[in-house]
Amino acid sequence: MTQIAVISGKGGTGKSSISAAFATLNGQVVLADCDVDAANLYLLFNPTHEEEIVYIAGHKAVVNHDLCTGCGICESYCRFDAISVIDGRVVISSITCDGCFLCSRVCPENAIKMVQNDKSRMYSGSFRNGKMVYGRLAPGEENSGKLVNMVREKAKETAAKNGLDTIILDGPPGIGCPVISAITGVDKVVIVTEPTISGLHDMQRTIEIVQKFNLPEFIIINKYDLNSSMSKQIEEWCNQNEIAVAGKLPFDRQMTEAMVQSKSITEFNPDLDISNKIEIIWKKILNLKK
Amino acid sequence: MIKIAIASGKGGTGKTFVATNIFQSLVRNQIDAVLVDCDAEAPNAVAFFETKQISTIEVTQLVPVINTVACTFCGKCHEYCNYNAIFILPPMKIINVIEDLCHGCGACSVACTFNAITEKPVSLGMINLYSNNGRPSIIEARMNIGVMSPVPAIKAAIKQINNEAEIAILDSPPGTSCPFIQTVSVSDYVILVTEPTPFGLSDLKQSVDTLNTIEKPYGVIINRAGIGNMEVYNWLKENNIVLLMEIPFDEEIARIYSEGRILTEENSNYRGQFLDLAKKIYQTEN
Repeated sequence: MTQIAVISGKGGTGKSSISAAFATLNGQVVLADCDVDAANLYLLFNPTHEEEIVYIAGHKAVVNHDLCTGCGICESYCRFDAISVIDGRVVISSITCDGCFLCSRVCPENAIKMVQNDKSRMYSGSFRNGKMVYGRLAPGEENSGKLVNMVREKAKETAAKNGLDTIILDGPPGIGCPVISAITGVDKVVIVTEPTISGLHDMQRTIEIVQKFNLPEFIIINKYDLNSSMSKQIEEWCNQNEIAVAGKLPFDRQMTEAMVQSKSITEFNPDLDISNKIEIIWKKILNLKK
Repeated sequence: MIKIAIASGKGGTGKTFVATNIFQSLVRNQIDAVLVDCDAEAPNAVAFFETKQISTIEVTQLVPVINTVACTFCGKCHEYCNYNAIFILPPMKIINVIEDLCHGCGACSVACTFNAITEKPVSLGMINLYSNNGRPSIIEARMNIGVMSPVPAIKAAIKQINNEAEIAILDSPPGTSCPFIQTVSVSDYVILVTEPTPFGLSDLKQSVDTLNTIEKPYGVIINRAGIGNMEVYNWLKENNIVLLMEIPFDEEIARIYSEGRILTEENSNYRGQFLDLAKKIYQTEN
């Protein structure tokens, strides 16, 4: 089984569109949408919902005002500045609460209960080119790294059960917890960047995190012709640092057109220059020995 | 002082583009403004300005240190830790702190009745302050690589905002979870930047859900207008959401941004538009 994660650091570089193309190029795959904050691939593939699992995204502290005496002990212990005592009344901000349980443990009146955040979901089902797993974090909920882990476990289980060899993981932006969860233990990492100052900076930070895990990485410069000299700068930096550039993709408005029609670019028109280039890149990535 | 957050569910819709341009339009018009780059995982706003770093503040978190001589391996700290950051095997007399999982809540110290736990600070990131006139005008949150959560760095950056400034522009991280919430919850108004594509609309809906839940006023900027379809426009109309501004897809704008330049410095029409937008929000929300 080969797990390939597509990440980027900077958002909007084309991770999902490229993952979608990889997933529809050949053979059946498991496609796992690990961008649980803003899952999008289901829009293109309209998967069946064979399974829906509740994900518990941590806890929030809630005060029972019938028991609370307003002593403020909880406030003095809270390190997240989530508790304030206003006119003798304890107020806990559900936004700032980290769910550590400490206030509920130190309260002498047992007036604080911890409530589970249970609005997030994980779905798995089938799409036209195999199986699909995706998570949807409820608005404002935390711990997305754990939901990413759950999506990945399900993807592995699904691959094994259905005899599928390839798992494609569409990752979240950034370099924090959910990204680390998305790349831990994968076989290959694809980093999609774009020829902008931000694209370059974020790619460099992403490479640092990938190298901490010692994973084979490939760079794709998307929309390279929007600024060819910046693309060149990115390529040169990669060469100097011995990082493989798997390929460059031109800017093509049909990428959005394909999205509007709920298709990957390679499904939309396999004869386009960009579709051909994506296919060459995908073969290159698949063929590299671990 | 009014705080305006620039946010979006989907990444790469143009948050930093909008934030840097509004900020620069304000500065050009002698309005006392601060730009706060809250995208601590991937901060980029500073790259658009010629400015000097005036100071750096380290963001730290406390993690437990366990004295294995005093420890009785009773396991109470492990039980109190809701983040699985304490690994314990009592029969083998093994106890370890997994620092990457620790949130620094201090519950283990409260749990321990044998005085076996002390705490030490570990670095999570930096707050970098930049200025051309002595007073910090750009505040950058920068999380260390390998750290799990950008939230402590974001909170620390927001604390650095000088309330004497008239307008603070907060460049938010993407998504709709904690890092986004931390940024928008302290703001008076949120500008959501989207693009007119199915992905843009889907993520916009999620951001709007979140902002409605926490009751924040907001409006929408459609960037790269002309690509995709009209669904975003229809949805905004159906839901009576204010369309603040449209920025057409234009390869020249993309090029200016890609090189780290500021559009409003080269195009007074856009400077006027961004300035009017900020003034309008200032007048309604202040």
